[in-house]
Amino acid sequence: MRAFDELTFSVRQGEIFGFLGSNGAGKSTTIRMLCGLLKPTSGAATVGGIDVGRNPEGVKRRIGYMSQRFSLYEHLTVTQNITFFGGLYGLDRARLDVRRRFVIEMAGLHGREQLRAADLAGGWRQRLALGCAILHEPPILFLDEPTGGVDPLSRREFWRLIDQLSASGTTVLVTTHYLDEAEHCHRLAIIHAGRLAALGTTDELKEVFAGRAIIEVQAANPVEAMRLLDGMPEVEKTSVFGTAVHAVLKANQVDATPTLKGRLESAGLPVIAMAPVRPSLEDVFLEVVEQAG
Amino acid sequence: MRKMLAVARKEFRQIARDTRTLMILLFVPASFLLLYGYALNFDIRHVHLAVEDRDHSAESRSLISAFVNSGYFDLVATVGAGGAPPARTTVIDRLLSDAPTTIGLMDRNDVRVVLVIPPGLGRAVQTSRPTSVQVLLNGDNANTATTVMGYALTIVRSESARYLPAAAVPLISVEPRVWYNPELRSTLFLVPGLIAYIAMITAVVSTALSVVREKERGTMEQVRMAPLGAASFVVGKTIPYFLVSLASALVIIAAAMTLFGMPMRGSWALLFVALSLFLVGALGLGLLISSVADTQQVAFQMALLVSFLPTLMLSGFIFPISSMPRFLQVVTYAVPARYFLIALRGVVLKGAGLEAFGIELIALAVFAVVVLVLASARLCRQWV
Repeated sequence: MRAFDELTFSVRQGEIFGFLGSNGAGKSTTIRMLCGLLKPTSGAATVGGIDVGRNPEGVKRRIGYMSQRFSLYEHLTVTQNITFFGGLYGLDRARLDVRRRFVIEMAGLHGREQLRAADLAGGWRQRLALGCAILHEPPILFLDEPTGGVDPLSRREFWRLIDQLSASGTTVLVTTHYLDEAEHCHRLAIIHAGRLAALGTTDELKEVFAGRAIIEVQAANPVEAMRLLDGMPEVEKTSVFGTAVHAVLKANQVDATPTLKGRLESAGLPVIAMAPVRPSLEDVFLEVVEQAG
Repeated sequence: MRKMLAVARKEFRQIARDTRTLMILLFVPASFLLLYGYALNFDIRHVHLAVEDRDHSAESRSLISAFVNSGYFDLVATVGAGGAPPARTTVIDRLLSDAPTTIGLMDRNDVRVVLVIPPGLGRAVQTSRPTSVQVLLNGDNANTATTVMGYALTIVRSESARYLPAAAVPLISVEPRVWYNPELRSTLFLVPGLIAYIAMITAVVSTALSVVREKERGTMEQVRMAPLGAASFVVGKTIPYFLVSLASALVIIAAAMTLFGMPMRGSWALLFVALSLFLVGALGLGLLISSVADTQQVAFQMALLVSFLPTLMLSGFIFPISSMPRFLQVVTYAVPARYFLIALRGVVLKGAGLEAFGIELIALAVFAVVVLVLASARLCRQWV
């Protein structure tokens, strides 16, 4: 089976690079290929200056990996997990001691060293998993949907750690389908059906709407508003956005807002608010995926 | 090397943390031994015996007590008038007839054997005339009947020998001597088989499950992301299970020696070598299964299938290989327990050395190498 075609991109050092895509779009597969767990049918990848196909071991030594399932050993304590993963990466005793203290500190696990991983709450486990992935101080860190099933507060704390790592020079590749998380990324690749649908900074991605305005409509009856807007010639398409409706206008219709508002009201639909907005990442994602077919 | 030790140390800690698994690995095998050791017993004792003594002579009484004192027979009834009162009769017996009859006793399964002593036995013996006694056997279980008949023949023969003058001994006689197990206790034959059987199951199941568990929980993927070769992982994972199954096997052997009087006539070093080769093969089989199975459930079933049945049926544990049909005999060559049993019985019961089972040790080593190569080839391909 061919999961992908043509996926070409490069990531700069110290960057947080996000893979955004729906489930099954090929995000995890990309990461597994970059880590040398899967062999691509054709093409090549270089990670940290090393050819993945030729020297997967060399790549593995330079990367840290944390997956959506926080793969810790549940029966082992926090310390034992750290010791094991340190051993896997060949850390000697002195370095392991230093790194263990660092990870405990970073994850805020003081006083919990002897707890079993299974007994930790989601946020702690997630940070412990992150800690285990960076014990060997890898210059490159892969995060495969790292925040699945974790509460918003822990997620924010987690992203604070990721920002710190990036600031100190670690390159981070992260897959996600949370759009708010994608906002943390310096650059984003939107993957759809195994293809690279778009690539760039958030601002660059928003260029997909260049020349077209997006209007946010707050109406008493959003469903009715969508139906009416869809029938208007200036409107390209509509989508639900929270309790509001986003309408993408056709090119050169930037000034059509008052006209549309008048038409909605004359159709008997009270409009609470209606104004042009900057495209959100969600607008971008939907647009890109639609264009990619 | 350090990475491999890290895997081994982690595995030990996991085993130690998981008390349930540890208990299963160490003590269930020993309790299996108790269970099978006591239940699987082909010796026949306490056979219910009835006696119909029509002679009432010193000689007939001496014959009866020879039966009773042999330890194999319990005298539970006396048929016919006179003699000792019946030791066990039911109310219904007494209601139906004054004294129990041979047919009645046999039909109700009250006795398995009836010894009938004809009148004139004493006189015949005193005058050195040949005579005979009758032994009636319940043949509904052919194995038991054969064994009991053997006991009866032996007792009568030795009784009769007492009366013969030394000169009258037959010119050619058989003097059977059963070596290694003079009392023909079937436990001595079965216990080595049990050791092989239990050690095999524990080793195969525990290894297979430990690898598949990592696949199931996703920790395998995390480990594969580390710069660690498949070989280090496999070896690191096998070491703890090798040591635990070795300990478990030694517990069983100790239990067999203390509880079932299994002797140790040969060299401990040879036993250790044979046991180690056998266990390494079993662990390799477990690894091979873990490279095929994706869930613990499937792994468990496969492990039972490849370790349990062949070891029980095709190793010569219970059924002699030489009496199997030809094609099954060929199949037994692929069953490692077959070789281990020969070596184990050789060391333990016969005190034999390498000259007796060197070939078997080589076969065990070959088996171990083959399964380990197959398993690591498969695991490496999945590892990449």
